[in-house]
Order: sequence, then C-alpha cells, then structure tokens
Amino acid sequence: MSQEQAAITTSNPVNPHTNQMANEFLTFRLGSEEYGIEILKVQEIRGYDAITQIANAPEFIKGVVNLRGIIVPIIDMRIKFQLGSATYDQFTVVIILNVAGRVMGIVVDGVSDVITLGLEQMRPAPGLGSVIDTEYIMGLGTVDERMLILIDIEKMMSSSDMGLIEQTVN
Amino acid sequence: MSTDLEQFYEIFFEESSELLADMEACLLRLDVNSPDLEDLNAIFRAAHSIKGGAGTFGFTDMTEMTHMLETLLDRLRKGELAVRSEMVDAFLRAGDVIKAQLAGHRGEGEADPAVAAEVCEELKKLSDETQVPAPSETVADSGIGMKAIPVETDIGVSSNVAISEAVSERDVAKLTFRIEFSSSGMGDAAVENLFANLKRLGSLGDITSVGGKDHKLKLTTASNEEDVWETLAFVVDPANLKIEVATQCVVEPHSSDEDSAAEPFAGEDEFSIASMPPAPGYGFFPGAPAAPKDFDDSESQLSSTPQQNIHGNKNETQNVTNKPSSKVSASASASETSSIRVSIEKVDQMINLVGELVITQAMLAQTASQLDPVVFEKLLSGMSQLERNTRDLQESVMSIRMMPISFVFSRYPRVVRDLAAKLNKRVELKTVGENTELDKGLIEKIADPLTHLVRNSLDHGIEVAEKRIAAGKPAQGTITLRAFHQGGSIVIEVSDDGAGLNRGKILAKAKERGLPVSDGMSDQEVWLLIFEAGFSTADIVTDVSGRGVGMDVVKRNIQSMGGRIDIESALGVGTRISIRLPLTLAILDGLSVAVGDQMFIVPLNYIIESMQPTANDIKTVSGHGRVVQVRGEYLPVIALHEVFNLHPNVTAVHEGILVILEAEGHKAALFVDDLIGQHQVVIKSLESNYRRVQGVSGATIMGDGKVALILDTAALVLACQQEMV
Amino acid sequence: MAKTILAVDDSASIRQMVAFTLKGAGYEVIQAVDGQDALDKANYHQVNLVLTDINMPRMDGLKLLELLRKLAHYKNIPILILTTESGDEIKAKGRAAGATGWLVKPFDPKRLLEVIGKVIG
Repeated sequence: MSQEQAAITTSNPVNPHTNQMANEFLTFRLGSEEYGIEILKVQEIRGYDAITQIANAPEFIKGVVNLRGIIVPIIDMRIKFQLGSATYDQFTVVIILNVAGRVMGIVVDGVSDVITLGLEQMRPAPGLGSVIDTEYIMGLGTVDERMLILIDIEKMMSSSDMGLIEQTVN
Repeated sequence: MSTDLEQFYEIFFEESSELLADMEACLLRLDVNSPDLEDLNAIFRAAHSIKGGAGTFGFTDMTEMTHMLETLLDRLRKGELAVRSEMVDAFLRAGDVIKAQLAGHRGEGEADPAVAAEVCEELKKLSDETQVPAPSETVADSGIGMKAIPVETDIGVSSNVAISEAVSERDVAKLTFRIEFSSSGMGDAAVENLFANLKRLGSLGDITSVGGKDHKLKLTTASNEEDVWETLAFVVDPANLKIEVATQCVVEPHSSDEDSAAEPFAGEDEFSIASMPPAPGYGFFPGAPAAPKDFDDSESQLSSTPQQNIHGNKNETQNVTNKPSSKVSASASASETSSIRVSIEKVDQMINLVGELVITQAMLAQTASQLDPVVFEKLLSGMSQLERNTRDLQESVMSIRMMPISFVFSRYPRVVRDLAAKLNKRVELKTVGENTELDKGLIEKIADPLTHLVRNSLDHGIEVAEKRIAAGKPAQGTITLRAFHQGGSIVIEVSDDGAGLNRGKILAKAKERGLPVSDGMSDQEVWLLIFEAGFSTADIVTDVSGRGVGMDVVKRNIQSMGGRIDIESALGVGTRISIRLPLTLAILDGLSVAVGDQMFIVPLNYIIESMQPTANDIKTVSGHGRVVQVRGEYLPVIALHEVFNLHPNVTAVHEGILVILEAEGHKAALFVDDLIGQHQVVIKSLESNYRRVQGVSGATIMGDGKVALILDTAALVLACQQEMV
Repeated sequence: MAKTILAVDDSASIRQMVAFTLKGAGYEVIQAVDGQDALDKANYHQVNLVLTDINMPRMDGLKLLELLRKLAHYKNIPILILTTESGDEIKAKGRAAGATGWLVKPFDPKRLLEVIGKVIG
C-alpha cells in the first residue's frame, strides 16, 4: 500500500478526536492481520469460558457468558470478518470491551501488546475491500515494520448490522 | 435556587405520599362521636408538614388546600368545633385532591382545579361555622382531656376561657410562673378581671407594674403552662406576653436565688416589652440567650455559666442529665426513627453482588468437596463457615428491598368504605398479617389486582343486609385480607363471608360462552373459570365490578409476577381467593430442562405437570404440527429444539419429556430432552448488554457458573396458539 | 473549625434542604427528626446553634426549647424556631420557652443564612 494511495483517499480522514494526541492501542491478531483498538474501551482480557448459545442470533454471536454476575454477549471476530471459523481451545482469548455503556466480549486469535501511536504514525485508511466496512476503520498505524488496522470498536459494536443493541423503531 | 430545590422534590413527594396515607388511616379510624385527640393532632401535623414543604417548594395549589385543612383541623383539635362525619368526608376528599396535585407535580397526570376549589369551599364553610360545641359534653366526652368551662367575664373576645378543672383534683406539683405582660390598650376593668382570673388559678405574688402598663408577676399554681397561657392570651396581645417556668416545686418550694438560676433571659432590669422587630421573615427576642448584639446589648450572656448554676429544676434536670448514662433507652428511641433513604439501584447492585458471592461460594464449595477432609480440615471448616455467612448476608441484603404488605392493605379501608356506601351494604374489613414483608417491586404490582379482588368480594360476594339476615347471618358482612409467609412464598388471601360461588351458575354461564367445560370438572377447576376473559355471573352488571372485565386481567397480572391464584368457596358460606407470590421479583422458582447440551429454566408457575407420553398419544396434524392427547384434551406440542434451532439428543417425542404449560388460558406441551431439577434462580437481565431474545424472558447463572436462559413461557404458548389457528 | 448546627424538623424534605443549604455555607449539620431525637443528640454533641420546627411528633419544639435551656451547655446558645406566617402565638410561646429568635416558614435559603450569620456569624 503506497503513500500516494493513502493520500488520495480523502473521504476517510483520521478521526479528529484521535488526532489530538498520541493514543494507546491494544493490538490483537486475527488471521494474517494485526488490529488495534483504543485501550480505553478495553475492560479486561479473559480466556474462553463455557458459552450459552442464543437462539436465532447471527452466526458471529457465539452466545453469552457469565462475567462476575452480568450476562455478556460474545462475538467471534473471525466469523464477523469472514476469516473462517476459529478453533476454541485454552489459548483462545476474549477481549472484554466496555463500549457505549455496554459490556461485551470479542474472540480474537491472540493479543499482542499495548502500543502508543504518535500522530505521525497514524494515517487515514484506504478502502480495504468488503471485509470491514471502512466506516469502522479509524485509520492505519505503523510501528516499525508492522501495520495495524485501527478499528473504531465503539462505532462498530453500536451499529445496527451487529444486532447487539435493539434498534428503536419509530 | 430552583435547581438546588429540585433535588429535594423527590424526597418531598415521597414524604407527602406517606403523610397522606397516614392522614387517611387516621381519618378512617376516627370515631366521630369520640375523636382521639392524638389522631386529630396527627392529622393536623400531616397537613401542616405537607403545607410547609409545599410552600417551600412553591407548590401553591397544595399550600392552599393544606392551609384550608389545617385551619379546620386546628379548630377541631382545640375543641372549638365538634368533629362531624361530613368533615371526615371533606378531609378524605381533600386528601384525594392533594394526592392528585402531588401526582401533577410529579408529572403523573393533572389535578382538576375545579374539584380542588369545590373542596376548598366546603372546608372553608365547615371551618367558618361559629357553632361552639356544648363545652362540657362534646369536648369533655371526646377524650380531649381538658374540660372547658365557661368563665364569666366581661372582657375580650372569648366567652369560654379554658381552665384546667383539675386545680384541686390533680395531684401534681405546683409550678411557679414568671409572667410579664403589657396591658397597654386594655381597660382598667379588664386588667382587674384578668388578675381575678389568674388568682383563680393559684396564688399570685410579686406583682410589680412598670410605668403602669407593664406588669411582672409570679404565679404559683397547679395548672400547667398551657392553661396559664390561655388565660392571659385571650386578653393580652400575645406579642406583649411572656411566661416562663420559674420553679417546679417537688418537695418544697425553693428560695428566690434558685429562681434567678433558672432565668434564661437577660437581667430583669434590662427587660422591657418590645414588639416583634419589623424585619420580614425573622426576628430575635430581645434579651433572649445569644440574640445578636444589634438586638441585645447585654454582654454577660455569652460568657460561660458555672456548672452549679444549673440546678433550677430537680425533676426536669434529672430527667435530662440521666439520658446519657441510660444509653439503652437513648439508642432504642433513636432506632425507632433513624433510617436512610437509599436509591433502589444501589440496593439492587448490592443484591447482584451478593448473588455473585453466593455463586462463587458454591463453586468453591464444589471444588473443596473433592479434597481430603483430613488433610484439609481447616480449609473445609472455613468453607462451611463461609457458606453460613454468605447465606446470612444474602438473606439480610434481600430484606432491604422488603416492605410490609401494610403499604398495600392500608388503602383498602377507604376502598371498602366508599364502595360499601355506594352499594348500600354493611361491610367490615379485617386485615391480618400486615407486617408480612415482600419485595418493593411486588408491592407496587400487587395493589391493583388486590383492589379488584376486594371490590369483587364486596360487589358479588357480600349480600345486602336483608338477604344476610334472611340467611341467618349477621347483617354486617366481613371481608378479610390476610398475608403470611409459606416456604419461599408469600400468600395473600381475600376472603368474604358472602354468598359463595354457585357451581351450577358458573357452569351454565361457561357453556353459554362456549368455554370447554364438563360436568365432571372439579370444583377448583370450575371456580377458576371466573378468571376467564369476559366471564361475569352477576345478575345485574354494576358499575363497580363492571362486565366481568378485569378478573382475567387479575390472573394475568399475578401470573406475570410469577404467582398463582387458588379459590376455595362454599355456597352460602363465603369465598376465599389466595394469591401465592414469590417473595421477590429477583428470584424465580424454576424447573431446569435440557435440550442437547443447553439448559433452560421454565418458570414453575406456568407448569401444570410433566409427563413421558407414549407414541400413541402423539398425533401429527396436516404434516407438520403435532398434538398430544392429555386426559382427553389435545394440546399442541412445542419442540424447544425447533424453536431455538438446537441439536437435541432425542427427536421422537415419546422418547423425551413433555412439560405441560398453561398461560393465559391456553395450554401447550413443551418437548424437551430431559428434566434436570427444580431451582430457585436469581433473574438476570439479558438486555443490559445484549438485546431482547424471542422466547426468552431473562437469564440466570447456575451453580457451575454457566448461564441458563429463562423461557418466556407465555410468549411460547401464545405463539404456538397463533400458529394453530 | 466549622460551626455546628442542630437542625430539627420532622419533615425530611425541609430538614434535608436546611442541611443542604447550611452545609453549602460551610456549617456542620446534625439532623434530628423530632424534639426527642434532638434532645438525645444534644446530649452527645455541643452545637453552636439550634434551628427547630415547632409542630413535631413525640416532642414538640417548645418542649425541646424548654428542656435544652436546662442543659448547661445549651443554656446560652442561640436557638431559632421555625414558625408559620401566622404564628404570633407560637412566637410568644417560643420566646417564653427561651428561643433566641424566629424564622418564618416556608423559608428561603438566602434568608436562613442571613439570619444564622447574624447570630453566629
């Protein structure tokens, strides 16, 4: 992905809020890509627990688990991003998020680390094809040779196509 | 200031509601022929408190209404007017108006100003009446405890200065009062008369007149301060009057140096009668302790007073100084009144956390049970201690949400009173077990169904007096409300000694309505027909119980609370309807069932029975729907694995289990792999982090920490009913 | 040290509003729900001022005044009574019982602070 390409895509400017200062991101692996989400949205990281299926839910919603007494839905990001189904074992990691006042977990392949990105390390995202709607991409980050896809996890999880939140009908 | 005030609105609303309820309770038990002064005072206080708050918060409509109430009540408690039943009616209606006004300010509806004006007018009319009760009869007999005897006097406005009659009778200690007043504006004859009246009370001494109009005197009398006050206040402008207790002589009167010790005002020389300072809204009494310098220039007052000066009054002083040492009584009286208001969210959060603790403890206990009891003896004994503590903690935390059912019962005396009058029936309401507690959430929800049952008993159960006498019963019917705990439930009964249910009539009516009935039905089944939609057996449809609309709603409401209804009745003897509810909304009695590797909870109150059918009992209807024959009835089969797209262990109905459900009059058979057991589960919301799920009403956490979904039984049964049609 | 005020009123809303207003002005506030409660609390605390309603259950404000004035450490502290607008009779009774001054209900927070300022500054 060249510099020119990124520069041409003006329809996806870097989120102005993230522009203010350097941000901390939790990075995780999913397939061959590395993603980053704002650390402030992350509540904790857990292993994969016994899950209770929810009838008639989208395939990427694996079900609900008990997180210290609250019922938390679990989303399989592999299925959501159409990367094939994940195998669940003792190494499977669930990132518990707190977005828009709701608690939810996402299943990822693995968590890498927490990195700080300066402004100069972030740039607008080019169109990435159909896998992730660019609407939910805050931008791209580069750390040394690594490239991170920075996801606006709050926007994504609150969107109607996730089906996590009841959409009010007028 | 308005934004600051708003945070106190809610407190004021709640407080006023409570005061109104207290007021109504007092009014309802008030015996017009011999009113209890305590009750009158309590009613007055309630009106007074609401008025104070309403004034502060700027709710002028409430201020006006409570002011009218207060005015009339004040005359009543002072014995100036006799209590009459139309006053009680007016008070009750005023209470209703205030309730409506309160609801209006809460944003829950609107009060009708026309009704308010009408009630105001009526109260005004009642309190403007100049009629003074025949003193010795009405007032004395009313238990007010003070006999008003007319004193012949030619002065002032009053013709009935109240003087305690007990001057000679009462065996009480005599008091010495220091009285100071100004007689400016009074005629000489009036002053003379006043002194004569005071002499009648006791022995008068030390009379000094300052400048002719200002009088200082000492009065030693057996009358109390109130009486002395009244004697003077009718004649002297209260603003120019000061009375204080100088001594209370217990054994023998003490000398005058003790008087000065008890003197809380400034030195006598400085004392002068001054009218109230004109500053709006507040003022200071000149010479009073700690009055600001601008108002009082006596300087010695703020200096500390030596300890031994304080022995003026033996009785009272002892009383007071004994308090700190008798801590028991002090703390006991404090506990009567000290309570804190906590938001329900905080309580619920605590309940949730304790629920967690219980689950964690159960998990630990399960793990620990696999350990060697000899090697881990200490750990295991600690575990059992933890289990006890956890259970106690859960119980006491749950009890925070609990409220006595009297909160609901207290509204029925009024309901019964109004309705009995309307129907021209004589009814007595008895309540038993008012202190039985249940969850606050349930308290709010049970009120309406219960009201309906009470009204129904009064309308359809209790007969008119002539009929009752003809049947050899007392003319006055009785409705009894009873509440008690049984197991993990609360049972609330509404019973009457009325006509009882008529089996033949109900069956005939049911047939007429096309309900599936047979003559072989048990009594219990027949009685429950009255809860079917559109069912009413009253010969005359009244505007009270309506056209049978409601009894079905009662049943539905109670079922949605996780409760169930039973009826017992005997013709000519009476009817008893019992409602059985879980103690709290947060806990549900459920049956756990398995489908494949998933577990579900079915609320117990919807389950009739569970059974293992034979292959012959199952019939397939037009290709896909299946029905099962249960005791001659064909019920639709709901296969849970089909509804929820699960992989069951068994697919043939006769190899699994059928749970027969009943919701809103419809029955269905739920097909599951297996039954697991019966539990009390804590209900958790699925929606706080996810969304509503069809066929699921909530979730719970089982002993192993896994989540189990709670089935929305009513929705499942109704959905299947619609498919069948 | 902050001055302490004992606020006595059976109406929770009024009492809490008084407490709120006073705390906002930097006073410490002890609340009591009626005369008896106030008396119990007065036995354990030394306050700089007492502000009491008159009409209360169990023990009214007048009785409280009378009894407080018999306590050594309450003999000379300012005690203000809350009266209604038409309360000349109450004012006089309050005065007889040893009240320092009076304040009309419904009260206005500003006026409350003004009056208290005059007494204990």
